[in-house]
Formats: sequence, C-alpha cells, structure tokens
Amino acid sequence: MILMTIDLFSLLNKMPGACAQGLVWGIMALGVYITFRLLDFPDLTVDGTLATGGAVAVMLIRAGVNPWVSLLAAFAVGMLAGMITGLLHTALGIPGILASILTQISLYSVNLNIMGKSNQAINVDQYRLVVSLRYISGDSLTIFKFYGGVILGCLLLVAVLYCYFGTEQGQAIRATGCNMRMAKAQGINTNFHTVLALMISNGLVGLCGGLYAQYQGSADVNMGRGAIVIGLASVIIGEVLFGKLCAGRKMAFAFTLISVIIGSVIYYAVIAFVLWMKMPSEDLKLFSAIVVAVFLSIPYLKEKYGKKGVARG
Amino acid sequence: MSGETKNYALELNGLHKTFNAGTINEKVALDGVDLKLEEGDFVTIIGGNGAGKSTMLNAVAGVWPVDSGSIIIGGVNVTALPEHKRARFLGRVFQDPMTGTAATMSIEENMAIAARRGGRRTLKWGVGKEEREDFKRQLQTLDLGLEDRLSTKVGLLSGGQRQAVTLLMASLKKPNLLLLDEHTAALDPKTAAKVLELSDKIISEHNLTAMMVTHNMKDAIAHGNRLIMMHEGRIIYDVRGEEKKNLRVSDLLAKFEEVSGGEFANDRMILS
Repeated sequence: MILMTIDLFSLLNKMPGACAQGLVWGIMALGVYITFRLLDFPDLTVDGTLATGGAVAVMLIRAGVNPWVSLLAAFAVGMLAGMITGLLHTALGIPGILASILTQISLYSVNLNIMGKSNQAINVDQYRLVVSLRYISGDSLTIFKFYGGVILGCLLLVAVLYCYFGTEQGQAIRATGCNMRMAKAQGINTNFHTVLALMISNGLVGLCGGLYAQYQGSADVNMGRGAIVIGLASVIIGEVLFGKLCAGRKMAFAFTLISVIIGSVIYYAVIAFVLWMKMPSEDLKLFSAIVVAVFLSIPYLKEKYGKKGVARG
Repeated sequence: MSGETKNYALELNGLHKTFNAGTINEKVALDGVDLKLEEGDFVTIIGGNGAGKSTMLNAVAGVWPVDSGSIIIGGVNVTALPEHKRARFLGRVFQDPMTGTAATMSIEENMAIAARRGGRRTLKWGVGKEEREDFKRQLQTLDLGLEDRLSTKVGLLSGGQRQAVTLLMASLKKPNLLLLDEHTAALDPKTAAKVLELSDKIISEHNLTAMMVTHNMKDAIAHGNRLIMMHEGRIIYDVRGEEKKNLRVSDLLAKFEEVSGGEFANDRMILS
C-alpha cells in the first residue's frame, strides 16, 4: 500500500517533465498540422528536420553563439529542409511522400556532418540555455518562469500562425491545400505556396529540434526518429478531444492550434503513464504507432459502420 | 485586312491537342480549332461526348499546354502562360460544384480569394472590413440567405448554393472571359434553372464575354447570342444573331445526324 503511494508519487513526479516535453514538441506538432491538415501533404521530412534543428542549435551554442540566436538558426535550417522537399516535389515532380523521404534520408548524413559524430552535448551550467530539464527541478520561481515562458512562447506562436493564415498569403496556402483546382483557377501559384507551407512547417520543426536539444542538453542524430508519428498523434488527439469544442467558434483556428499543443502534452502524459505502468520503453514506438493508427481510422470506420459502433472509441 | 488588327475577346488559332500521344489510348481531342469571340459574345457550346467542348475550355484556361496553335485573350497571347497566370483573364465555373470553391474555408474567405484573382498574395489581412460589407451586398442579390452566413464553411452549402457562390466569385473581379463548363449538369432541374438564370443575369449585368458548354440543346438555344457545335475536336457549326434565335432543337438534331451518321441518337444529349 505504501509502495503504491510512493509509486503514484513517482508518476506525479514525472508529470512536470512530460508536460514540458509535450509543450516543446507541441511546436513540432504545429508544423505537422500545417502540412498534414492545411496543405494535405504527407511530409516525412520532419524526422530529419528535427535532428537538424537540434544539431545546428547545439553546435552553434558550443561555438559560443547565444542560445536564442541558435533557435533562429534552427528555424532557418528547418525552412531550408522544407524548401528542398518542396522543390523536389514541385520543380522535379517527385511525389510528395517520396520527396520528403529523400530529404529525410539525406538529412541524416547532413546531421552527422554538422555534429561530426552521432551526438553532441551542451552543459546547462556552461551556457544560459533557453529551456532545460534542470529548470523544472529547480526552485519554484525557476519552475514558474520556465512554464510561464514556454506556455507564453507557444501562445505567441499560435497567435502568429493564426494571423498569418488569415492573410492573403496564408489563405492562398489553405486554398492550395484544400482545393488545388480552385486555387489555380483563382490565380494562386500552387507550387510556390506548397513550398512556402513546407518551409514554414519545417521551420517550426527545426525550432522544436533546437529547443528540445537545449531542453535535454544534447542533440542526437536519432532524436527525430518517429517524430512525424508523435506530431500526427498530437494533431489527432487534439482533434478528437477538442474538435467539437473548436468548431464553429470565433477564432476556431486559434483554438485548433492550441488543441494540437495540448494534444502533444497529453501524448507525453500518456507515455509517462504507460512507462509508469512498467511498459518496456523499447515498445513505446510500437505503442505510439498503434495509437495513431487507431485514431486515424476512427473517422473512416465511423463512416463505414455508422456512428454507433465506434462511439466508445 | 485593315492596317489596325482588331482585338477580339478571345482568339483561338489552329488549336491541336492529343492526349496520350503514341500510346494505345491516343485521343485527338482538339483537331484544329479556330474561333474568334467578339467583346460581349455569349456563346453556347454543344456536341456529343468527347467532341472537345470541355477540352477547348481547358485549353483556354491553361490546364495543360496545347500541342500547337495559339490562344489570345483580349489581345494578349497567353499560349505559354501557366494556368495560375491566365487566371487573371478568366472567371471559371466547373461541372462539379465542389471544384469551384474551397470547402474548408468560409464563404467570405472564398470570395476574398476570388476578389484577388490575378493579384499578388501579400501579408495583408485576407478579408477587409469594407470588402465584407460588399460581399454581403453581392450575396444578397443571390437571394439564398447567404448574406448572413459569411463565416459559414462553403462545404456546408448545397451544390446549387456552391455553384451560385462560384458564379459570384467569377464576377467579383471582372474577367475578360467567363468559362462555364457544364456548370448546371450536376444540379437538379429546378436548381439548374436557377443557376442558369443567375448566369444570364451576371453576364448581362457585367457585360461579360462568356462561353458555356452544355448538354442541353434547349438551353444552348435559349441562352447567349451565338452557338457552336463541336464534333471530333473541330467546330462544325457556328450560328449567331437572328439565325441562332430562330434555331429549334430539331435543327440541331438534324445537324448532329448529318455529321455523325445517327450516332448521336444514343448519346447522352438531353433532347427535351
């Protein structure tokens, strides 16, 4: 009984970390939302871009660059990666999913070259990192500042994205993703806007990689493996849990973006929970994939077998 | 020819297009199409399946490049321009009501996108405040109650409503040429009649030059000032003015029989 309480305490103890991780990865999930939902483009570049963002940020910080500036650089290389996928697809006519796989694979080599080896560490004592694991185990003021900062940062990103996708350019991206024939008929350069959306999306993923590398104190060439699945999981969890709440509201799009970030937090909370339940950590990716597969299939199954059968989820 | 060359609203010179050239599925879709439209012409286009009606409209819109020939809109040679660059000359309404609008975007967003047809997409706010009022007024003229549903997603509208909105969108920025590609074929008869009436109204109000493909011979006769019939990728019949007004369905049928040796009897022409 006492053992059980201690155990429960250890779960609660894990939650701040899961929450922080979820918020940071939520930024990547926003990127995935842009390609997956707005652009309707299956972009697997993400797995490579995340590590590239991390690698660039870590190497720059080690070279004495300000950690904030390193995040800008991570965002920029992410955009570059997105541009390459976009051009492979639009200028060279390679199917989207394949174009993104090609970029992802090539980024693996690029990332090794950036870091010189498969991982590089940064010491939180040595640099003034923007975020760090250490901050959530510090005193309550540090913790407050950490969460306050990260949540504020996420909300700021949501605000910027909300405004951007309300501009003429943002609407052109959405029209391109929603109905390409309509977009072309209205004079929208669909190729340009496809590349642009991929750049913004991968920029966010790179930024997330840079942040996450600072958070965990290192970049690893494999840190992005399966990132797309986590991103999809966040998007879908957000939609399933909050979709009805968001729909039809004023600023529904902003709420949808926030729900994607919350989806990411929930994802990491669930992961912390199943780890606490003693699920072997090597099974995590299998578990994640199954969760995503189940949630992705719900709309289809609902359609096929009527609403009753799947209502309980 | 006089010294000054006349600018037609549309000029098609010797358009050729073959799909799947060199394969077993080779299909000559346009086989030397010549056509000149005067400013303000409203031409209806009829013909059997595969006659090249929609293909001609797609060639004008630039959905794919033609094999040979030239396309000149309002004096501008657009033959080499990609589809999105030609869009500034063209208003388009498609057969499938889903095609002309973006379902996941609101009515006002769809209209705002259309109002910027041919313009640069900047970082300015997508829908202006005054613009919204203007959209409201324009929607009011449709008499579908859409003026109170500006922020409704277009995907929630019926096919007829979507087609009406698409028509309105096509005219927000006055096009040099309005392309109607069987835009009432997917609608029920009552809605089709309404949309057709609306098309007439918009065309005459804005004094547009328009091309309308239809399978309905009665409609083809009743609307527009000119009628062309296509067969096997060529224009085989071209009437206008009084002569067109006096046409009857039986005349057109006879013409069809003449060129096709009766095969049109089995075609999906709507004879009523």
